[in-house]
Amino acid sequence: MEFAELIKTPRVDGVVLHRPFMPTVEGTLCLTGHHLILSSRQDNTEELWLLHANIDSIEKRFIGSLGTIIVKCKDLRVIQLDIPGMEECLNIASSIEALSTLDSVSLMYPFFYRPLFEVIEDGWQLFVPEEAFKDLESMTDEWRLSEVNKDFSVCPSYPSLLTVPKDIDDESLCKAASFRHGGRFPVLSYYHKKNGMVMMRAAQPLTGTNGRRCKEDEKLINATLCAGKRGYIIDTRTVAVAQQAKARGGGFEQEANYPQWRRIHKAVERSNVLQESLIKLVEACNDQSHSMDRWLSKLEASNWQSNVKEILTTACLAAQCIDREGASVLVHGTEGTDSTLQVTSLAQIILDPACRTIRGFEVLIEREWLQAGHPFQQRCAQSAYSNGKPRSEAPVFLLFLDCVWQILRQFPCSFQFNENFLIMLFEHAYASQFGTFLGNSVAERLKLLLSQKTVSLWSWVNRPQELERFLNPLYEPNNLVIWPSVAPQSLLLWEGVFLRWNRSSKCLDEANQEMVHIIEYNKELQNKVNSLRRQLAQLETEDGPLQTP
Amino acid sequence: MEHIRTPKVEQVKLLDRFSNKSVTGTLHLTATHLIFVESNSTSAQEIWILHHHIASVEKLSLTTSGCPLLIQCRNFRLVHFVIPRERDCHDIYSSLLRLLRPVSYDELYAFSYNPKQNDQQREEGWQLIDLAAEFERMGVPCDQWQLTDVNREYKVCETYPRDLYVPITASKPIIVGSSKFRSKGRFPVLTYFYQEKKAAVCRCSQPLSGFSARCLEDEHMLQAISKANHNSRCIYVMDTRPKLNALANRAAGKGYENEDNYPNIRFQFVGIENIHVMRGSLQKLLEVMGTRSLSMTDYLVGLENSGWLRHIKAIMDAAIFLAKAVTVEGASVLVHCSDGWDRTAQVCALGSLLMDPYYRTIKGFMVLIEKDWISFGHKFADRCDQLDPDPKEVSPIFTQFLECVWQLTEQFPQAFEFSEWFLIQIHEHVHSCQFGNFLGNSQRQREDLQLKERTYSLWAHLLSEKQNYLNPVYSLSFAESHPVLEPSTQAYHFKFWRNMYHQYDRSMHPRQSILKHVLTLKESNRELEGTVQALKTKLQAFGVSTSPLKPQTPPRERSLPSRPQSLILGAPLLSRKEVQQEEDEEVLGEEAREDAPASTDGERTVEGSSATENGYGELTGSFGSKNEPAVVTLEFGVARMTC
Repeated sequence: MEFAELIKTPRVDGVVLHRPFMPTVEGTLCLTGHHLILSSRQDNTEELWLLHANIDSIEKRFIGSLGTIIVKCKDLRVIQLDIPGMEECLNIASSIEALSTLDSVSLMYPFFYRPLFEVIEDGWQLFVPEEAFKDLESMTDEWRLSEVNKDFSVCPSYPSLLTVPKDIDDESLCKAASFRHGGRFPVLSYYHKKNGMVMMRAAQPLTGTNGRRCKEDEKLINATLCAGKRGYIIDTRTVAVAQQAKARGGGFEQEANYPQWRRIHKAVERSNVLQESLIKLVEACNDQSHSMDRWLSKLEASNWQSNVKEILTTACLAAQCIDREGASVLVHGTEGTDSTLQVTSLAQIILDPACRTIRGFEVLIEREWLQAGHPFQQRCAQSAYSNGKPRSEAPVFLLFLDCVWQILRQFPCSFQFNENFLIMLFEHAYASQFGTFLGNSVAERLKLLLSQKTVSLWSWVNRPQELERFLNPLYEPNNLVIWPSVAPQSLLLWEGVFLRWNRSSKCLDEANQEMVHIIEYNKELQNKVNSLRRQLAQLETEDGPLQTP
Repeated sequence: MEHIRTPKVEQVKLLDRFSNKSVTGTLHLTATHLIFVESNSTSAQEIWILHHHIASVEKLSLTTSGCPLLIQCRNFRLVHFVIPRERDCHDIYSSLLRLLRPVSYDELYAFSYNPKQNDQQREEGWQLIDLAAEFERMGVPCDQWQLTDVNREYKVCETYPRDLYVPITASKPIIVGSSKFRSKGRFPVLTYFYQEKKAAVCRCSQPLSGFSARCLEDEHMLQAISKANHNSRCIYVMDTRPKLNALANRAAGKGYENEDNYPNIRFQFVGIENIHVMRGSLQKLLEVMGTRSLSMTDYLVGLENSGWLRHIKAIMDAAIFLAKAVTVEGASVLVHCSDGWDRTAQVCALGSLLMDPYYRTIKGFMVLIEKDWISFGHKFADRCDQLDPDPKEVSPIFTQFLECVWQLTEQFPQAFEFSEWFLIQIHEHVHSCQFGNFLGNSQRQREDLQLKERTYSLWAHLLSEKQNYLNPVYSLSFAESHPVLEPSTQAYHFKFWRNMYHQYDRSMHPRQSILKHVLTLKESNRELEGTVQALKTKLQAFGVSTSPLKPQTPPRERSLPSRPQSLILGAPLLSRKEVQQEEDEEVLGEEAREDAPASTDGERTVEGSSATENGYGELTGSFGSKNEPAVVTLEFGVARMTC
């Protein structure tokens, strides 16, 4: 298919762009296969380049022959284009609609994007399971790397290499896989160096109504416990939801069959509910006419902040079991690809200082989200402005980022990255020139030949010039477990994302710059003092001052 | 002290408000403070509670572990003691009941507080703020406005200050006539003069108009104000009350200006609720926020139902209206409510702060409070329940003003010389009765009490610890480019002020404070600049020219900047490295507590202690308490497993 077929009118002059808190721009609108471009064709004026993939939905309006298109983006921005001429406007609108809803992944921009920078370090090699396993081996010999899933037949959503208890052979793994939803048998997610406790993740067991059991599954998870030790199974669903799952063949671990494990149920919402929550939240944030009461009640009704609190609490609980109770943990929900990953990855941020560095965080996303089979493409196909019936869209990853931001707010000196890094990840998960977030699993990504045909987000982010924007000037590494407060009074609305386009951030940005300036000036002064001291010491050892009194 | 029956009780338990944590220690009762000293010697925290800060004491019914005593403070601290023997508890309880209800001004702490200053220092402290100089700064007196001595003896209005500024065309008979037509004699006077447009902000109380009464002198008075401004033909009259309240007042012979009788006025209701509504609102807010294991839904619903942020927004909206009328239209504005000492003070003070960058400095903010609140007779004694309490008179009017300022600092982080800790510290002292400034209800009463001779001024005290209250990113050039602040009043800009209302609930605060960190760095920058200078001088002695020194590769030995003795509010500050070391040595609990949040250095100077608490407690305290399902299940699980 040619993009040209979809572009009915490639160019319109005299288009006026309105954006909140910015001057209007009049210029020429161009449509390309992947971008909507608006340029005033004057020097020194910024051009608008908008990826079609970033467009969530559009609205058309006409007053006489002047058409208006309101473009609502997945990064939550809303812009308005005034287009003279009814036909042009209709053509542009239908082109945008077609181009922003292309079904085929291989037509996406990442397959056409050629980087203007030299790739120094290939981001596709950021996380290598073998190397990660070597690190693990240096700490414990209880685990092995299994190739049981090398052709993705045991579990299509898992990667080909998986870390499993040493004593469990591949045959048992296959049997355990057949007992778990989607074949997602329990695998290692995190090893807590301090006390040797582990966190595993899986999908729900397929106990069904008649209480099926699977010896291999029981053996598999028991193999992770030391003699006489107990463990916790954190089921992200409420008891009621887990009970209901039985009717559809799912279920939860029966005490009788897992006597060494204690099950804790939490109430992290399932992904389909989350989409509704996001839509309501963004609607509340975008309505400028709210009275105080209406705003608070709409914020409450969106349930977004409740979701943040519930996910964080569950992650803290998992971390508490591991660090404080000295117990191993198995986390799962239903499919094990959404709430499970939110919990395991957040727990690692709390427990493991390495995850709070830029590199470490990238590896965490690579390992606990991309490789672990979070279906990014399905979940991020639409964002808050989708009008259609949601299929499998859900802001699972955005909620995770929001939770990270909450911890970052509470420990502003403990993260190497800043808020912009998190916002950047949100944007790229929904629309990007990079291939990182395409596909739903490792298997799909291999089939799409992403690593050959597209550029990795990390190749770009990790360039020193880019990295600079994402560094937190307050960062001072510490090796501590960081326990966030989850009291509602401590959790804030993530304004950087949800109010980003609804307020002028000039004053806040300038204040931030001033803060960075103070920090940098401090470093500069310290260096100066040190070099002067050295110089002085040198002179003093060489000879005394010229005029000693 | 005859009221203290049991000065000391041992083995007292202090329960944490939001978790199941408790510590054991000794309770001391002194003439001025209730002191709790933790017995654990390594982390012995001390809590000093000034009797004046205690709003209520409650003795709960006896439990197996002892007799619970619940103490609620005006600075939003809530402590829950369990005293082993009921008799001790009763003694403490009844002593406190007596101690926290002083019957005469002489019993207030300010009259016994002695910061070891001589008389001269004390006098200098009181001279720091000079309101005559402040009016001069605004450009008053001038060709249109003059100082009147009509109230020199407090004969025209008891609750106004002696020195008042009125239009030159307002003669004494007009003033006196107008004052007779206004509640409590509070006739229209100048409070702020916007020099650039020669526009005035005036304040007064409601007219005694009833349904039809009028007063020519009062009408003349308003005309005089109008005439004093050549920029605008008319003046705005802002009645800060809801229309319904003003209407109701008419039946009592009071009311509002009839536009037919006053030429050239534009009358406007603003709709700020009265003191009783505000008191109820805060009470609801605190009730919600004090709930254990509060869910997000209950939090947001409670925040909405309390109406607190709605009221804050109403005050802000009014102040913005005032500032716009003055700075954009160049019109003069007359503000009143009923008596003109609550809502009027809020709106005039906040409006002036929006218009004039001086009021956003530390000194200027003191002047503003001194002018619009203290001198114009905001009834601090009644509103803050200092003496002889009438619960119907208590209301968080001044707290709301401080909160409005805080909301502004959130929108304009570079506009204020001070940080929120300055606001919180002022709030603390409005209730502490440790300094003379806020005692009494009016200037006249303060003079009768001879406060300047017998007590000390808070402003001198705050200025002496100024470095603790600085905003590190304050920018003078911002003030120059934004002389008038134009805040957004979108609902989402108004936030719950956690550091005020949960000041003492340390588990809720960020564990690391950006403010404190940057403040330290800024302080260290100043010292480093000095060191660089000193080193350069030394090097010059060697005949080395030092100017083009560039930062070199990182030195092997990193010298830490020397740090100020204390940062916020007198807590001993360990250097980052030391703290780190300590934490590394800690075997049991590795918790990040590098930088205790500024707020949690809660043993404030007012309480005279410098002890710090450690860390922020165990996990249960941080993400769940007893009712939190997660932890219950967990504990339950453990319990079942062991049996």
